[in-house]
Amino acid sequence: MAENNNKPSLHGIFMNGLLNENPTFRLVLGTCPTLAVTTSAINGIGMGLAATFVLVCSNVVVSLVRKLIPDKARIPSFIVIIATFVTIVQMMMQAFVPSLYEALGIFIPLIVVNCIILARAEAFASKNGPLQSAVDGLGMGLGFTCAITLIGIVRELIGNGSVFGINLLGASYEPMLLFVLAPGGFITFGLLLGIINAITARRAAKKGGEQA
Amino acid sequence: MRIVDFSSFLLFMVYCVFVNNFIFSRFLGCCPFLGVSSKVQTATGMGLAVTFVMALASFFTYFVNMMLVGLGLGYLQTIAFILVIAALVQFVEMFMKKSMPALYSALGVYLPLITTNCAVLAVTVMNADNSYNLFESVCNGVFGALGFMLAIVLMAGVRWRAPTSRRASRASRPA
Repeated sequence: MAENNNKPSLHGIFMNGLLNENPTFRLVLGTCPTLAVTTSAINGIGMGLAATFVLVCSNVVVSLVRKLIPDKARIPSFIVIIATFVTIVQMMMQAFVPSLYEALGIFIPLIVVNCIILARAEAFASKNGPLQSAVDGLGMGLGFTCAITLIGIVRELIGNGSVFGINLLGASYEPMLLFVLAPGGFITFGLLLGIINAITARRAAKKGGEQA
Repeated sequence: MRIVDFSSFLLFMVYCVFVNNFIFSRFLGCCPFLGVSSKVQTATGMGLAVTFVMALASFFTYFVNMMLVGLGLGYLQTIAFILVIAALVQFVEMFMKKSMPALYSALGVYLPLITTNCAVLAVTVMNADNSYNLFESVCNGVFGALGFMLAIVLMAGVRWRAPTSRRASRASRPA
């Protein structure tokens, strides 16, 4: 883990969020939006980018005020900072991408209670400088975006025969509607989690074998 | 969905608990669902605490929302609601510590975690979006939370049984 070193490189922090500690597949945080909005790839990207913006901004602000906030009032202060940025995102989306705003619906205000954001504020930003925190937020946010876009692509492809609204499998493909409905979210997430765990375990075993 | 008489009340109940179950059909509150569902007892405790907080949150945010709308400050909804919930959870925690120490120690760390349970914020936002009246808001909170509890207890039951099933115990027996 990069944050355990005394001086982690910015690149290390970024890759840590993107791959090693991917919030969705490695830490299994923020599962609610992961399952709920991934009925199509475009929704996944929209949700991911909105969360990334909030994550970067809140990480920077938390890191700037980390020495001013008394320890006991920590969590409420973090929540207010996060909620402020979520409100900004909500108003921006309503103004500029109304269709995405409609599609994501209640899950935009719910970015406030996305565990990834509070977890990073608590575990990283409250202990590190603003630049590192911004990079950490960017890495974690993009890791989250990639993960939910991947789930969105799988669900849209199987459930609708298309990716980003472009039909790929042709008219003869009979869409499995189950995958865009609620159970499909759980099934896809579970299978992807299993595949990624298997790959990681195999890589770890290989690395261990080489060292021995 | 509105409550006008007793039959629509029953319909509303089924709608909240089963048809629009927080976890299985709306994907809300998945984090505690996955995190706290390893034992049936803790899952029940968590479900009860969430029910309590959700009912109170629905009740108080109804007035907060009325005030915000009256003042034309609708965009402060998210911030106001999450503060109400955080304060409420803190209050419930202090109250339980004083008057119900047994339940307090049983719930332990799960109590403060309710603040970040997205189902609680969702229920308050949903009440405001659907402009439910006070009674409907509280019903939505209570029945939604009961649906959440149903799901988490079911999951805990499955997770508790899975490792004790025959196949698993045969596999783990030393050869």
